[in-house]
Amino acid sequence: MTDCLKSQKISVSANNLGCFRDQFPIFNEISFSLSAGEALFLRGANGSGKTSLLLVLAGILPYSGKFEIKRFGENQQDIPANQLIHFIGHQNAIKPELTLKQNLQFWAQMYNGDQTSISQILEKARLFGLDNFLAGHLSAGQKHRLSLCRLLLSPRPLWLLDEPTSTLDSQGDTWVSDLISSHLANAGIIIAATHRTIELKDQKKTKSLTMGANK
Amino acid sequence: MRAFLIVIGRDLQLAIKNGGATLTQLIFFISIGVIMPIAIGPDKQILADLAPAIIWIAALLSTLLGLDRLFVADHEDGTLLSLHHASISLTSISAAKIISHWLITALPLILATPLLAVMLFMELPQFLATITALLLGTPALAALGAIGAAISVTLKRGGMVAPILILPLAIPILIFGVSAANSFAGAQTSSSAMLFLGAISLLAVAFAPFAISLALKAAEE
Repeated sequence: MTDCLKSQKISVSANNLGCFRDQFPIFNEISFSLSAGEALFLRGANGSGKTSLLLVLAGILPYSGKFEIKRFGENQQDIPANQLIHFIGHQNAIKPELTLKQNLQFWAQMYNGDQTSISQILEKARLFGLDNFLAGHLSAGQKHRLSLCRLLLSPRPLWLLDEPTSTLDSQGDTWVSDLISSHLANAGIIIAATHRTIELKDQKKTKSLTMGANK
Repeated sequence: MRAFLIVIGRDLQLAIKNGGATLTQLIFFISIGVIMPIAIGPDKQILADLAPAIIWIAALLSTLLGLDRLFVADHEDGTLLSLHHASISLTSISAAKIISHWLITALPLILATPLLAVMLFMELPQFLATITALLLGTPALAALGAIGAAISVTLKRGGMVAPILILPLAIPILIFGVSAANSFAGAQTSSSAMLFLGAISLLAVAFAPFAISLALKAAEE
């Protein structure tokens, strides 16, 4: 997985991004650039546009300005931009009627990922032994963990995370910061909206952007 | 192609887990066949003459019944949002959704048609023509219904909006469907109506995925 990710090296740059929803400006003049192995933490009050910015970067919302993903690896010029991205938002995309394993199997196949490591991924998320448990019976924090498991199903360089630690316990916080650190170590890029500070091993590689300041 | 089949497989799996919805729809379909003889009267000849039209109306109304759950759950739990980053396009996913929708809503109705045929005193050739017409026409109903469901996915109580949206569009299917089923005696007219029905289905199934993916993309904004 690590080698696979190294070959997908990218850098991203945003220039003067703006976003309107129903003629109402959500944010404007957002600029940043990140090279491989860097993280950007979006901060700001509720309603300052953090989630909207992530949705713009994920290619869901229309925007003004310029956002570019540059690919450096070999043989990856033909990978569509949407397949370079993992987006984990507030909605966890979990079907309560299916088991944990069935949920992850579906996403592994949708993301062209690896199905054989699902049990190991669940173990890392502290959902070990729950493979055949119905996802509807999980607690909110466990559902969020299951949703974060999608990040590990297939190696993709750009992770967009919306409040990755919001419902997690302290062990979960550590797990997420480990995930983020190892993704950065593998030359991945992370853009995360967060209120709580995420402790990382290498603080030098993180940037932070406060939203809502230039409204 | 594999991912395409996976989407269909998962929809079928979910439909089996929530079996009640398909069953309700099936019971609705059969109840129309039960109440018609009560309303029209026990005249075998009149019932047999009206049978293809009754079965088509029953099929149309009960496929509309299943529309509200087609995309709403996937939209609410964020599945549609995450599918934007899947390795297959939203258009292919929409095509898979039409197929799974047909398998979940239309196929059980077609399988239950013999029951209605008995209750409405249909003759065998008339019954065979009706079932062929249903097989040819219901894919178009599924495709149009899916477009309606995709357009109304963000609306609260969208369950009623989609049927109203697509009902006018379903009229040609109804016209050719009933005439194909009715003209079993004269092979000439029967076959031309069948051909039209097939053509409508092919066109609808070919173009609907593009309309659906466009509507679903707009829904996320």
